Amino acid sequence: MALRSTDILTQTPQGLYCPLGDFHIDPVRPVKRALITHGHSDHARSGHRSVMATRETLRIMGVRYGEDFAGSTQEAPLRETVRIGDVSVRFSPAGHVLGSAQIAIEAGGTRIVVSGDYKRAEDPTCLPYEVVPCDVFITEATFGLPVFRHPDTRQEVKKLLDSVELFPERAHIVGAYALGKAQRVMALLREEGYDKPIHLHGAMERLTELYKSEGIPLGDTPKVVAAERSKLAGAIVICPPSSIQDLWSRRFPDPVTCFASGWMRVRARARQKGVELPLVISDHSDWDDLCRTILETGAGEVWVTHGQEDALVHWCTTHGIRARPLHMLGYGDEGEAEETAHPPLEGEGRERSERGGVETRPPDVRAATPPRPSADPPPQGEDMQ
Amino acid sequence: MNRFAALLDRLGYEPRRNAKLRLLVDYFRHTPDPDRGYALAAMTGALMFKEAKPGLIRGLVEERTDPELFRMSYHYVGDLAETVALIWPAPGHESVAPPSPLRGGVGVGVGKQERGADNAVASGPASASESSPLPGRTTPTSNSSPQEGGEIGPGHNNPPPHVPTLSEVIETLATTSKSDLPARIAAWMDALDETGRWALIKLVTRELRVGVSARLAKTAVAQLGGMEPDEVELIWHGLEAPYEDLFAWVEGRGERPESGNPAPFRPSMLSHPLEDEDFAKLDASDFLAEWKWDGIRLQAASGHGSDGRPVRRIYSRTGEDVSRAFPDLVEALDFEGAIDGELLIVREGRVQSFNVLQQRLNRKAVTPKLIAEFPAHLRVYDILFEGEEDLRPLPFAERRKRLEALVTRLDDPRIDLSPMVPFASWDDLAAARGDPASAGAGPDADAIEGCMIKRASSPYLPGRPKGYWYKWKRDPYLVDAVMMYGQRGHGKRSSFYSDYTFGVWRDGPDGEELVPVGKAYHGFTDEELLKLDRYVRNHTVKRFGPVREVEYGKDRGLVLEVAFEGLQRSTRHKSGVAMRFPRISRIRWDKPAAEADRIETLEKILERGEKEIHPLKDREANEA
Repeated sequence: MALRSTDILTQTPQGLYCPLGDFHIDPVRPVKRALITHGHSDHARSGHRSVMATRETLRIMGVRYGEDFAGSTQEAPLRETVRIGDVSVRFSPAGHVLGSAQIAIEAGGTRIVVSGDYKRAEDPTCLPYEVVPCDVFITEATFGLPVFRHPDTRQEVKKLLDSVELFPERAHIVGAYALGKAQRVMALLREEGYDKPIHLHGAMERLTELYKSEGIPLGDTPKVVAAERSKLAGAIVICPPSSIQDLWSRRFPDPVTCFASGWMRVRARARQKGVELPLVISDHSDWDDLCRTILETGAGEVWVTHGQEDALVHWCTTHGIRARPLHMLGYGDEGEAEETAHPPLEGEGRERSERGGVETRPPDVRAATPPRPSADPPPQGEDMQ
Repeated sequence: MNRFAALLDRLGYEPRRNAKLRLLVDYFRHTPDPDRGYALAAMTGALMFKEAKPGLIRGLVEERTDPELFRMSYHYVGDLAETVALIWPAPGHESVAPPSPLRGGVGVGVGKQERGADNAVASGPASASESSPLPGRTTPTSNSSPQEGGEIGPGHNNPPPHVPTLSEVIETLATTSKSDLPARIAAWMDALDETGRWALIKLVTRELRVGVSARLAKTAVAQLGGMEPDEVELIWHGLEAPYEDLFAWVEGRGERPESGNPAPFRPSMLSHPLEDEDFAKLDASDFLAEWKWDGIRLQAASGHGSDGRPVRRIYSRTGEDVSRAFPDLVEALDFEGAIDGELLIVREGRVQSFNVLQQRLNRKAVTPKLIAEFPAHLRVYDILFEGEEDLRPLPFAERRKRLEALVTRLDDPRIDLSPMVPFASWDDLAAARGDPASAGAGPDADAIEGCMIKRASSPYLPGRPKGYWYKWKRDPYLVDAVMMYGQRGHGKRSSFYSDYTFGVWRDGPDGEELVPVGKAYHGFTDEELLKLDRYVRNHTVKRFGPVREVEYGKDRGLVLEVAFEGLQRSTRHKSGVAMRFPRISRIRWDKPAAEADRIETLEKILERGEKEIHPLKDREANEA
């Protein structure tokens, strides 16, 4: 007898929950047992009693939250079926960032795939997405509108390099999320033959070292020394998105503000952030890839976790696929990224980020976010993308 | 087209003038004729073709997309051209392949075949047609990276769509009939990438606003050959797109093109502001003075074409041909030559305030009613040419005599002389400047914003040469206001809260309250900016995107002394007034907010400027 999909996976305030295996997936509050798809802070939080994730994701969580981020950890080997309670669980590459995985849950002949965040485009810093056939496909919809078609990343990187050539006396400050995007941009630059040092904001350093230790060649990536900023004419500097508008970035020679993000596809978005050189580089699937992936999984039913749910649900319905939005809170909340404070730098008196007027994250969710060790570079808002 | 699109795309994000210039020069240097010439024409507004209506574009996209998805997308993006450019389904790129039997043994490779083909279709011609060293967005329309489909190269069965060049687009637009237009545009849209489509829509709908003035584009052309922009300006009005002769000349490959315009623009001579310390260096007896009128600087040129018919043109200070906006004034140019003066509105012999003049400006339709209500007047102060004779090398005093004779001969009420202001010493002139009404200006005094001081021996030189002409503006109005909001600046100041909205006190329903009266973003030093920025950050009470509301009230808040040139009534502002050129003249760290000015202070200034004559009772038309 086939189980109903909702018997296998249900929605709880903590996030998706599998009663038959008694675990949550990417819970937003501390739980007994969490299966984590990838290391971004809106999916991987600390304070769970036990965490199961890929080896890379566990390492990332260790770097971000300290080695004691969970009571116990269990490494999930890719493409191997593991029994948890009355269900079998299998992790497969999701192509989003290093260590990112989809989680397939199977019981009674029904398979549900929780894809987490994923992309189909090539990425030299992580394993490519693998299609996992299933009955129910749970997808994000960050870029779930047909206006989002990500261009060839090589052209975007070339845009950056051309600008560096045209403005050799200026520093190019590239805003990129600290986990995944930053390293992907570095790798893409290297693929295009850029062999000069790529300068890093301090908040990028440890994760970049982690990537390198996983065998991803990123070349020379010195940390920016505050006093030396004015000497970096012609350099490419990568920093968290919140820093591109910071005083920190203004101390470089006549900086060109760049931002690597799928949101840069929309001009108004780029302008709002004061971006002068938008680079459309995304770690999420664009519209075409979301649709294509749904079809390729062969799923008869689609649940949409977060993002532009309505359009994707509409598309599924017009293509004869049952679909429903989960309206899940706490994932990919935009705006959050912008206002995430990072430690004051070089005594520039960056004020604590206050949240009047622009509250986007439900307070209960934020309150539930466990505190992080203060010595750790906090995540720079990959939540948003 | 892709290179032009990439240029527009980049310019649209670039706030700095010099960086824009660099991008333009780079584009002109690396783009062949005639494309670069058409690009220049597009940016200087010199293109002639019937524009496509946004409705046409919308119709095209609606035939190709799910209406519900289009609606959601448009709602999200907010701009029609951009939405259409992004959502446009490229041919052969059905957004997704039909479902295939995938259960079991599915790997990463699924779906590659279809996408590979799309890639080859889109990328082949895009990269081939424009061998560009620039950030040309020759990106395939598909989102997949070429590596994915790399094994399927060009040479397959589908012929690649033809990516149009800018020249092709413009030449075709000029000749295509209205009924053929939609199909043409659709075919181009199919061949272009997202940025290309966006630029195409902007171009064909004539909505090409990318923050490049005609002057800046011409400056870039001049820089290409290490010339001064005025050298290009001098011959500009005789030239036509695609300007191959112009490019040949600036690149040193051809003769200087002849200006075929019998009434060309000559670069205006501009003045320097007079600083207090200048008086000691200047001998009053070497100078002549006029009033500085609060109007719009214009140059009126008149000549005749080869067929003998008169050609009359009116140019703005920067050489923009504005003749069409002032048919009444064009009619009055019954002379041959070029004169320099101030556009004013004169009713019943009295000069009206700048507020009145503004109601005549920037109107799309110049109706007889508008002309009757706001009659344009040219108050002249210099002459550059008379007939074929170039008077510019003559001393100012000599030119003035020639000008007086010309105006007398013209005998037209729409053109008169700007009177000289007699003075023997700088003190005399200071007195006149302080009270123009008693110094001969009479009731026109409200339209005077100071004095112009010109060396009697001064030739008429293009640009802003030193030592000849000075402007000595009347003192600005001052008001003490309280900072209410700070906003992030742009470009270099984008990380600073550098734009400040300030208010003055008025009586509200719950007692005295602050009402915003203006916004200023200059007047302070870099050091003061740092302090103001810190003040905003430390006193924020609310945030609205890039704007922060700061603390203010009777017992808290920062007082800013604001200087401004004038006031006008405004329905767009809560307070009902709008300031001209407001700037921060002093930061009053010491002054309590409760002692800032009240709205009545502004009302009084406003009344001074409103002594105008209303020709028509019905003012509604003016509010439009």
